[in-house]
Amino acid sequence: MTSLAPEPLTAASNPPTQPLESNLLPTDVRRISATAHVPPPTRQLTEVAKLIDVSKCIGCKACQSACIQWNDTHPEVEENVGIYENPHDLTPDMFTLMRFAEWENPETNELEWLIRKDGCMHCEDPGCLKSCPAPGAIVQYTNGVVDFISENCIGCGYCVKGCPFDVPRIHKTAHVSKKCTLCSDRIAVGQGPACAKACPTQCITFGPKEEMKALAAERVEDLKERGYDNAGLYDPQGVGGTHVMYVLHHADKPSIYSGLPVDPRISPLVEAWKGPAKKLGLMAAGAAFLGSALHGIFAKPNEVSEHEEEEAEELYEDIVHEAPEASGGEAHGPVASGEEAR
Amino acid sequence: MTNAWTDIKNTDLVIVMGGNAAEAHPCGFKWVTEAKHHNGAKLIVVDPRFTRTASVADVYAPVRPGSDIAWLMGVIRYCLKNDKVQWDYVKAYTNATCLIRDDFGWSEGLFTGYDEEKRDFDRSSWEYQMDEQGQPLTDPTLTHPRCVWNLLKEHVEVYTPEFVSNLTGTPVDRYLQICEMIGETSAKDKVMTSLYALGWTQHSKGAQNIRGMAMLQLILGNIGLPGGGVNALRGHANIQGLTDIGLLSHMMPGYMNLPTEREPELADWLKARENKPLFPGQTSFWRNTDKFMVSFLKSLWGEKATAENDWGYGWLPKLDVPYYDILRVFDMMDRSEINLYICQGFNPLLSFPNRAKLTSALSKLKLLVSIDPLQTETVNFWQDHGIYNDVDPTKIMTEVIELPSTCFAEDDGATVNSGRWLQWHWQAATPPGTAKHDTWIMAQLFLRVKRLYEEEGGANPEPIMSLSWDYHEPENPHPEELAKEMNGRALADLPDPNDPTKVLRKAGELLDNFGQLRADGSTMSGCWIYAGSWTEAGNMMARRDNHDEGGVGTYLGWTFAWPANRRILYNRASCDLQGKPWDPKRKLLEWNGARWEGFDVPDISPTAKPEEVMPFIMTQEGTARLFSRKLLRDGPFPTHMEPWESPIQNPFNKEMRGNPAGRIFPQDLAQLGTSDEFPFVGTSYRLTEHFHYWTKHSKTNAVLQPEFFVEISVELAELRGVRKGGRVRIWNKRGEIWAKAVVTKRIKPLLCDGKEVHVVGIPLHWGFMGAARKGFGPNSLTVFAGDANIDTPESKVFLVNIEPASGDLIA
Repeated sequence: MTSLAPEPLTAASNPPTQPLESNLLPTDVRRISATAHVPPPTRQLTEVAKLIDVSKCIGCKACQSACIQWNDTHPEVEENVGIYENPHDLTPDMFTLMRFAEWENPETNELEWLIRKDGCMHCEDPGCLKSCPAPGAIVQYTNGVVDFISENCIGCGYCVKGCPFDVPRIHKTAHVSKKCTLCSDRIAVGQGPACAKACPTQCITFGPKEEMKALAAERVEDLKERGYDNAGLYDPQGVGGTHVMYVLHHADKPSIYSGLPVDPRISPLVEAWKGPAKKLGLMAAGAAFLGSALHGIFAKPNEVSEHEEEEAEELYEDIVHEAPEASGGEAHGPVASGEEAR
Repeated sequence: MTNAWTDIKNTDLVIVMGGNAAEAHPCGFKWVTEAKHHNGAKLIVVDPRFTRTASVADVYAPVRPGSDIAWLMGVIRYCLKNDKVQWDYVKAYTNATCLIRDDFGWSEGLFTGYDEEKRDFDRSSWEYQMDEQGQPLTDPTLTHPRCVWNLLKEHVEVYTPEFVSNLTGTPVDRYLQICEMIGETSAKDKVMTSLYALGWTQHSKGAQNIRGMAMLQLILGNIGLPGGGVNALRGHANIQGLTDIGLLSHMMPGYMNLPTEREPELADWLKARENKPLFPGQTSFWRNTDKFMVSFLKSLWGEKATAENDWGYGWLPKLDVPYYDILRVFDMMDRSEINLYICQGFNPLLSFPNRAKLTSALSKLKLLVSIDPLQTETVNFWQDHGIYNDVDPTKIMTEVIELPSTCFAEDDGATVNSGRWLQWHWQAATPPGTAKHDTWIMAQLFLRVKRLYEEEGGANPEPIMSLSWDYHEPENPHPEELAKEMNGRALADLPDPNDPTKVLRKAGELLDNFGQLRADGSTMSGCWIYAGSWTEAGNMMARRDNHDEGGVGTYLGWTFAWPANRRILYNRASCDLQGKPWDPKRKLLEWNGARWEGFDVPDISPTAKPEEVMPFIMTQEGTARLFSRKLLRDGPFPTHMEPWESPIQNPFNKEMRGNPAGRIFPQDLAQLGTSDEFPFVGTSYRLTEHFHYWTKHSKTNAVLQPEFFVEISVELAELRGVRKGGRVRIWNKRGEIWAKAVVTKRIKPLLCDGKEVHVVGIPLHWGFMGAARKGFGPNSLTVFAGDANIDTPESKVFLVNIEPASGDLIA
C-alpha cells in the first residue's frame, strides 16, 4: 500500500484537560423533529462519521464499557442465557451492544465469528426524527449527528417504529427514548466518541466522513488481498448514507452480521404518519389522524398502539395511490404538526 | 518478551498459540491489528477454542489441550525436511554444531538417566563432548552424527504430520498449511513473532512448550530481529515486575537464585555461578554475578554488610527444598506445617488448584492476614455462601485480619509491562476509607517486628536488626526512594577503569547502568537489571518521548526498558556474522566498522567485533541452545508428554503418566481421574470482559459478563442432553461446579488416537464476592500438580464429566 489514509481523530493521544468551548451551537441544527420551519443553519460543519471496521473488532466490549461510563447509564446485571451478548439487547441504559454471530461460510466451510457493534447509525435521512411527533425531541446537526433531546421527548415510541435499524429504546420509568448520541457532547469539544477512544484495536475510528471513507477503502483493499472478495463499506443509501459506517468482510451479505439490514429504508408507515402530513393538512383532511396522534402523545402509555398502526396503514394505502412520490423521503423539513396543531 | 508490544508492528506473521492475546491482552493486541493493517501481516491462531483472537485470524487451527510440544516438534520436522532453515543463522548463532556425549539418548518417551523412584533424571549425559581445555567439540559441517543438529533431526523424526494430527486433533491439511506459512519466515527478509501466555505455562511441561517455540524461532532465524522473538504476554499490570524483583520463593531480584543449604558461604554460591565462557572471546555476561549479588546484599544491609561478614550472605534464608512454591506451601498448610499466612494482593482460593484442598488448608491456619484493596474470596473463605462456598463457619477457627490496601491508580510508582518497560505512573485518586499503601503496611510490619526483637529478643535477629532502613520517613518509605534504591548508588567514589584519574560516579550518586556495579562493596543496587532506571539525570521511567527514530518502534525515549534501555533482546542477531542487517529494510543495528549503531541499545559490547563475539551474551557459549544441556529437569529437547489427566495414553510409553520429572504429592495422585470416569477435557481461561477476580467487583464489568458459564460444542451438548443457556453440573474427583451452558460451534470435537475428544471450556472470573452473580471458578476441578521445572499448576488440562443440572431457570 502506498498512500495511507489520514490518522483518525480518535487515534490522537489524550485530549487537553482544560475545559473546552462547545462548537455545536443551536444554529448548527438542520432538522428538528415535528418542526416545520427550521431556520437555515448559519454554517455547514464538516460531515463526520464513525467507522466500525468489523475485521479489526475483537469483541472486547470496551466500547460498551466506555459508553456506560461516559453516559453514566446503569444497565442491569443480567443472567447468562447461553450467549456472549450482555446485556442481551440494546436497552435504554445500553446504547451500544456487541452482537456475536457464528457463521459457517458455505464457500470455504470455515467458521467465522462475526462480531458487530450495534447501535445508532446516525442516518443522513433519519427515520426516528421523521416519525417523531414531539417538537425538538430529535435534532440533526449539520455534521450529521442525530441527537435525542430527552427533555423534549414524550416517550411515544414512534422513533422506534421509524428506525430502520431497530435502535431506540424507551425507558420504562423515565418515559423517554434513548440511543447513542454519537457522543455529541464530546464531539462538540473536539473529541471523538467515548467508544472510539476506548477501542483498543482502532476498529472504531472517528473523523470527517470523507476521511473515514478513505480509511475504509484502504481496509477493503487489505481484506480483498486476504481473499474477502466481497469486502466493502456499509453506508446504506436507502437512508441517504449513515454517519456510522461498517467495513464488512462480506458486504454482499450484511444480514449475516446479526441481522444488519440489507437495504434499510424508512418504513413506509413513517412516511404515512409524517411525510404526507403537510399535504393532509392542506387538504384539511388529516384532522382526524392528527387528533388521534395527539391523543397518542398525551395519553399514557405513550406508545404506538396497534390501532394507530392500522390507521396509518390505511392512510398509507390511500396516499400511495394518490401521491406515490410521498414515500421518497424528503430531504428537509419533516413536517408535522405539533407546532401547527397548536 | 524478547521484543516489545510496539515491535509487533514490524512482523510478517503472528502466531498466537498458548495464549489468547485479543481477549487477555486487548490493548497490546492493537499492535497485531496494526501489523495486519499497515504491514500486511498474517495472523495464525492455534487454540482448543475458536477464540476472539481467532475471529480476526487469517488461519485458525484447533489443538487438544496439552499437546503443544508434539505440534511444535512437528513444525520443526517440517522445516528440517523442507529446507525451511535460516542456515547462516543456525550455523553461527546456535549450538547446532556442538557434539553431544555418546551416552545421551532418548527412548520410550524418556531421556537417558531416568530414575523412576526419584522421579528425576541423572542429567550428566545431557552435555557436550569437551576437549581437554573444557571447550565443546564442534562440527561446523553439521555432518557428525552426534552434533546437536543431527540429534535434533533424529529427535523430531517421529513427529510426522499424521502423528501430530493424531495426537493434537489438528487436521493434517490445516497443519501443513500453517507449517508452510511458518516455514516462509526462514527467509532472511521474513519474520514471525510468537505471542503466548498461560496457555503454555500452565502445564506440567510448560517450560518445554516455550522452548519448543524458541527452538523453532532460532531455526527460522527470527530471534533478535524486529518483528520476531518469543513473546510472553505477562499478566496483571505488573507480573513482569514481580518476577524481575524476585517475588518467587526461590528467587532474589534480577533473576538470581536464592541460596540453598548446600551453599552456606557466599563463595559456594558464587562458585556455581562462575559462568566461564566455553569458547574464547565470548561474553558470558552472568560472569558478573558477583557484582550484582554484592550490590544487592549492600542494598539490604548497608554498612552492616562488610567483606568480613560475607556482605551479610549468612543472613539470607537458605532453601532446604528446591522452592516453596504455592503447591508445596498449601500442601504444608494442609498438613498443619504452616500456621500463619500473609496473603498480599492475591486470591489463592480462586487462583490455585483444587479448591477443596485450599479451603481445608486455610481452615487449619491459626492466622490469615490479607493485604488487598478488595474483599477477596480467600479472606472470606470461612463464610457460608451455600453451594458457592459450602463451609461451616463454626468449625473454622482461623483468625482472619484484613489490611485494606490501595489500587494502582491510588499510588505513584512504576509497573513493568511485558516488553520490560518500567513505566512510571502518578497517583490519580485518593485511597478510600482506611486503605493504606502496601509500602506503608510493610514498613509498619517491619518496624513492629524489629521493636519486638529489641524489646523481647528472639531467634535469628541479625537479618531484621541489620536491615538498612534509611528512608526519609521510616514509617512510610516513598516510591521515589524505593525506586532509586533499586537503581543503585555509588557508596564510594567509583574510579573509571579505563582512566583511573577520572571518577565515574561520586559517593552517594545514582548509578548510570549496571556496568558500574562492583563486587567490592563500593556500590549498592536492589535489582541490578533496573540500574539505569533512575539516574542523576532523573527518573528515566517517567520519560514520555514517543519519537520513533528509524520507524522500527523502539521508542528509546519512552520510559525505561531493562536491561540498559534495550528494546529487543539478542538484537545483535538481527545482523549477519559480518554485522550487516539480515534484511536491510528492517535495520535495527549495524556494525559501522568500529561500533554497533542503530535504533536500539546493542545487546553486546558496543565495540565487540562482529565475527568474534557471538550474540547470545547470556550463555557461556555465546550461541543459543537448541539443546539445553542440563538446564531443564525434564529434557534437553522437548518431548511429547501427556498431561497428568489425559483422555489418551502417551504414545511413546503407555505406562507414563504426566511429566516423568514432575512432582506430585501422594494425596493429589490419589485424586487423579481417568477418562473412563471423566471422559471430557476441561480447560481454563480468561474472558475480555473481566480481569481475573478483580473486575467482578465493578458493576460495569459485571453487566458485560454477568454470570459464570462453560462452553461446549454442539456435539457434546447433544451427547449429554444439554441445551443452550441451560444449567449444567461439571465434576471430577476434586470437586463439582454448576454453570450456564454456552453451546457453540466454536468448539469442535477433536479426533485423537482414534477417539472423539470433547473440550469443556471453563472461564475463571466468578466467585462469591462482588457485583457479578455468584459462581465458580475452574480451580474447583484443576489438578494439584505443576510444571517439572517451576511447578506452575497444570490449570489448562484436567478431566471432567458434565450433565444437565436441575434448577434450570432459563426458559
